[in-house]
Amino acid sequence: METVIKAEGLTKKFGELIAVEDVSLEISRGNIFGFLGPNGSGKSTVIRMLCGLLQPTAGRAELDGLDVVAEAEEVKKRLGYMSQRFSLYEDLSVQENLDFYGSIYGLRRARLAERRQSVVNLAGLEGRQAQLVQTLSGGFKQRLALACSLLHEPRILFLDEPTAGIDPVARREIWDLLFRLAREGTTLFVTTHYMDEAERCSQVGYIYQSRLMVCGRPEELKRLPELTPEGALWFEVLCDEPTQALGLLREWPEIIDATIFGEALHLLARKGTDEEGIIGFLKPAGGGRLECRRVLPSLEDVFVTLTRRHRS
Amino acid sequence: MFRGLWAVMRKEILHIRRDPATRFIFAIPLIELLLFGYAIEIDVKNISTVVFDLDRQMESRALIKEFESTRYFRVIREVYSDRDLEQAIVSGRAKAGIKIPPNYSRDLVNGQQAKVQVLIDGSDSTTALRLLQASQTLGFLKSLEREGFTQDLMAIEVRPRLLFNPNLESANFFVPGLIGILLQLVTVFLTAFSIVRERERGTLEQLLVTPISKGGLIVGKLLPYCAIGFIQTGLVLLVMVLLFRVPIHGSLSLLLLLSGVFLIPALGMGIVISTFASNQGEAMQVSVLFMLPSILLSGFIFPRESMPLVIYLLSFLIPATYYIEILRGIILRGAGWLALWDEAAVLLSFGALFIVLSVLRFKKHLG
Repeated sequence: METVIKAEGLTKKFGELIAVEDVSLEISRGNIFGFLGPNGSGKSTVIRMLCGLLQPTAGRAELDGLDVVAEAEEVKKRLGYMSQRFSLYEDLSVQENLDFYGSIYGLRRARLAERRQSVVNLAGLEGRQAQLVQTLSGGFKQRLALACSLLHEPRILFLDEPTAGIDPVARREIWDLLFRLAREGTTLFVTTHYMDEAERCSQVGYIYQSRLMVCGRPEELKRLPELTPEGALWFEVLCDEPTQALGLLREWPEIIDATIFGEALHLLARKGTDEEGIIGFLKPAGGGRLECRRVLPSLEDVFVTLTRRHRS
Repeated sequence: MFRGLWAVMRKEILHIRRDPATRFIFAIPLIELLLFGYAIEIDVKNISTVVFDLDRQMESRALIKEFESTRYFRVIREVYSDRDLEQAIVSGRAKAGIKIPPNYSRDLVNGQQAKVQVLIDGSDSTTALRLLQASQTLGFLKSLEREGFTQDLMAIEVRPRLLFNPNLESANFFVPGLIGILLQLVTVFLTAFSIVRERERGTLEQLLVTPISKGGLIVGKLLPYCAIGFIQTGLVLLVMVLLFRVPIHGSLSLLLLLSGVFLIPALGMGIVISTFASNQGEAMQVSVLFMLPSILLSGFIFPRESMPLVIYLLSFLIPATYYIEILRGIILRGAGWLALWDEAAVLLSFGALFIVLSVLRFKKHLG
């Protein structure tokens, strides 16, 4: 597959502070790359460097084979960007914002009208063109931002936390839209804090303390050898009192790690421990439902484990 | 009642300590005080004067020296015709002209009354009045040195004549200058916030990832405000003519054209400020910093020639200086294009400089 986004040793320092250190990655066409990491770990800085908004201190990056520093203006014609903070004009209407960005990208009258109609439909903004942006809800503002960034049909779309702070329905709709764009051949680079969103990406990267810890397909990451010690296994436990069970399991020397995951518990157990062993351990604590099965670690398990390992 | 007062005070002190603008907090009032203290202290002196000496004898040269030694007059050059004499004053390059007739020294030696004419630009009433008195006093003192003359028949009769504004009405002088100052202030503020506001609201970041050109962005922000500035100019001129009853002696279309020329550096200066400032507060502070020099050093209140050399040179850096020259030239003295083209050229150069500077200064990336 054709590589569309490529970074080699990307590094950014703000004075003494190292915001991003030695990040290398490759993303091919039509992928949705989910970029995860705690606040302040350098996610936005990486995006800004890839878009040409910040100049890297070291390393380089290419978009569509073009160097993002040397050919910044050419690169900008091919990318769409939606920043973390809403950054359109609140005192303009939906249509005025779209027209403004459309003309900056050099869309002429007929083409502009056509593209505007297309993104308005795509983003579900019909009937709101005349509305002032400041009167839109958070979800609609995000849709408008997305619509603006799609006007010029970018090959690559950068979205910095597109679903932060909007309701679940709007969140689902935005993701449906992203999948549609990816199917049509757009490459997407999306930062998020939501693990369920990360699970839906075709590729994910995890950045922690300015360094890219892992990068790859979700299934690949779940099978990383450094995640699971020799012979150890991941289990999911369903029971009526997960909190109480968690306390017990954490005291048990056979368990390396235990966390609550939704309604279930995720365990990393030492070699030799199996489903029966775990059920046998928990049974005396209480009645009711008690199920245990082997699972692959979730992405959250992957990131938490890697973070802990890095700290120790 | 004052719960949290200390906490807030401590927090504010931290803000102040960390704000880079704090470095200038004490320097700014000191610098301005020094600058204007000098400008205000000085009196009317060293007024640019041209000399038309038809006599060209020892006596006439001695008289010119006497004029200079009053310190009110400073001869900037000699002219060789009545037309040049008047043109120098109309164009604003000189505020006074001394004309010595061909028979001056002969009359003086023969014990007859010698006559000298002094032309004074009356548009600046304060300066004109001082020059008027100074030239008459000089004639009186020189006559006392000669015997056989009385107060009624002086040896040297200095005849001052006021050009323009013969009634020495101060409104005629101040209102055109005030218009220049007001337009300078208003226009700088129009654009000073333009880019910094976008930076603060985060909309600049979105703009920077588009292929927009720097020149497009900067000139695109400039032009709408040019239109606003032009309307403002028209309005204040209307008020000047109708309310203050200051007639426009020169060409109105030239005045409007040159006002348009002035708007480019005035608005451009705002944009420069906007590219340097990191927030609106800073833009405000810097704009205010430019405000006082524009008022005090542009020749709006005090004649620039009378200022100490350093401050006089500084006044050349203020666009309002040239615009006030243009306004007074056209409105009060009926000056035409020939007399004002160099002011216009300087304003255009300033405009170009400011636009180039903001384009260079403005970076299409953050940080």
